Amino acid sequence: MRISQNPGTALIAGDRGTQLFLALLLTVGVAAPIMHLAFPEDSALHLSTYTMTLLGKYMTYALLAIAVDLVWGYCGILSLGHAAFFALGGYAMGMYLMRQIGTRGVYGDPVLPDFMVFLNWKALPWFWHGFDLFWFTAAMIILVPGLLALAFGWLAFRSRVTGVYLSIITQALTYALMLAFFRNDMGFGGNNGLTDFKEILGADINAPATRVALFVASAMALGLGYLCCRYLVLSRAGRVVQAIRDAESRTRFIGYRVETYKLWVFAFSAVLAGIAGALYVPQVGIINPSEFQPINSIEVVIWVAVGGRGTLYGAVAGALIVNYAKTYFTAAIPELWLYALGAMFVIVTLFLPGGVVGLADRFSLRRRDARTVTA
Amino acid sequence: MNASAVLRNGWQKVFGAGARSARPIPGDASHGTILYLEDISVSFDGFKALNALTLYIDAGELRCIIGPNGAGKTTLMDVITGKTRPDAGSAWFGQTTDLLTLTEPQIAEAGIGRKFQKPTVFEQHSVLENLALAVAGNKTIWTTLVSPLSRVQHERIEAALETIHLQDRRDMRAGMLSHGQKQWLEIGMLLAQQPQLLLVDEPVAGMTPQEVERTAELLLSLAGKHSVMVVEHDMDFVRSIARKVTVLHEGHVLAEGTIDEVQSDPRVVEVYLGE
Repeated sequence: MRISQNPGTALIAGDRGTQLFLALLLTVGVAAPIMHLAFPEDSALHLSTYTMTLLGKYMTYALLAIAVDLVWGYCGILSLGHAAFFALGGYAMGMYLMRQIGTRGVYGDPVLPDFMVFLNWKALPWFWHGFDLFWFTAAMIILVPGLLALAFGWLAFRSRVTGVYLSIITQALTYALMLAFFRNDMGFGGNNGLTDFKEILGADINAPATRVALFVASAMALGLGYLCCRYLVLSRAGRVVQAIRDAESRTRFIGYRVETYKLWVFAFSAVLAGIAGALYVPQVGIINPSEFQPINSIEVVIWVAVGGRGTLYGAVAGALIVNYAKTYFTAAIPELWLYALGAMFVIVTLFLPGGVVGLADRFSLRRRDARTVTA
Repeated sequence: MNASAVLRNGWQKVFGAGARSARPIPGDASHGTILYLEDISVSFDGFKALNALTLYIDAGELRCIIGPNGAGKTTLMDVITGKTRPDAGSAWFGQTTDLLTLTEPQIAEAGIGRKFQKPTVFEQHSVLENLALAVAGNKTIWTTLVSPLSRVQHERIEAALETIHLQDRRDMRAGMLSHGQKQWLEIGMLLAQQPQLLLVDEPVAGMTPQEVERTAELLLSLAGKHSVMVVEHDMDFVRSIARKVTVLHEGHVLAEGTIDEVQSDPRVVEVYLGE
């Protein structure tokens, strides 16, 4: 019987999208490092550092897209502020990387990052303590977005703020954070953010081997994050979450504490976004307050819509398609990019409500229903 | 209330911790009555939806509630299920459970199930998944995340499936069911919750005569094991199932008795049946 299945057995089996995604991820995750390291630069099979970094960046975007798909596609919470959790994870990692610079900064201060010396600060602010330790940073990457999401979600869901109102306050959240992080007094480098990183875990951050390691870590995080989300949506809890999406008050009447479910799914999703941000920052080499821009969060929602919400691999596909298009457009015809993005969103909304992967799914679903009718 | 009490209450509301252990056995109908509603008043912006309404439902009874539009039938259901808080009055489920202190999920857990007027099954889920969502058991997020359904729960699901005659539709998406089948599925979901009291809002609206007949059989078969409260407009249907009828008018009980008694009551004729 379908409902009695332990999700463990169904995680990969029986879902072609998942199988395809994991196979592709494994292939790229193994092939790209080999092509980058093993082939000389003039070889046709060589993968440039630029492409490596780009792929790694896409992986973190895909993880962010999965996080948004989990809350929006499965739980019906249209969060327009998920880039905030991504950026917070990124800032936590950025703080660690700043503390690793040590005396190699422009001012050569062994403790204070350059921007603090520039601002004439004499001591490290309290919230910068501990970020010289990687384990502490790793904990913060999970705790800061997670706890913010818990606090925010507790206030919002308890008051039964839903739909467009919730979307608006998530926008306000990310906007408020952007304004706060722009201030020099906040102690996060203000406008310039955190940059000029030298090493991570003792390794030169620009060395090819480090790049490959970061890329592999991103691929693994994406794969693991995907499997965790898939376990969640296949479990009974996942069915409840989808029931909340489709008929929230009905779910409440059959005895589920809807607020609790929403809260934990939201917080888990924020943690995933934070991890994605933490892997993003060492690869792009900078984190600044523009990552909190409201438009960033909206863009993530567009990725998910284009790929197909409510299917985790669809979110990944959407993140790759839209970001590849962005990379291409902003290089070739930059002034057209926003129009292209808008057009993509309109076309998907009007003609492909299930996104790109929805096309294939629609056919297989029709077959399944036809089977059960005749059975 | 001091700050720590506010925090504790909020914590309980969100996480549901602690609230359960303090609660006595719900729905204790040892005195033969399952639901006590006394002097319930609800007003919306000055309009009195319920006006000092008093109503008792016996254990195992099948009761029909009728009344013209705006008589307060839906508000009455909302009060019982915790969706609306009354301005005055008391609502007890059995001897020991004060409904006015419980949240909607707690009331559902205590043993009151509600079927809505519009069929609201989970359309994207299969028939079986719908029943599995509803089936009585621990519904906290941790349990549903890590543990599969128990054997007892499976049996309850199968029993509900059999009662509503949808065995051959078990894997079909609920959205594909006919209107009547959706209504039955919803009743099946109620049964899977093992409620003592079922609130059923207009079960036969929009049904074909055959479907109406089968719904009547279904509801009659439930009475005795459960207390059932049916709100319905269709007088033929009410006549076919009801032993006792309560007529609501302007938020209070106008008459109560067998269908023949209330139909011959001149006040009832005036406000409702005479229309």
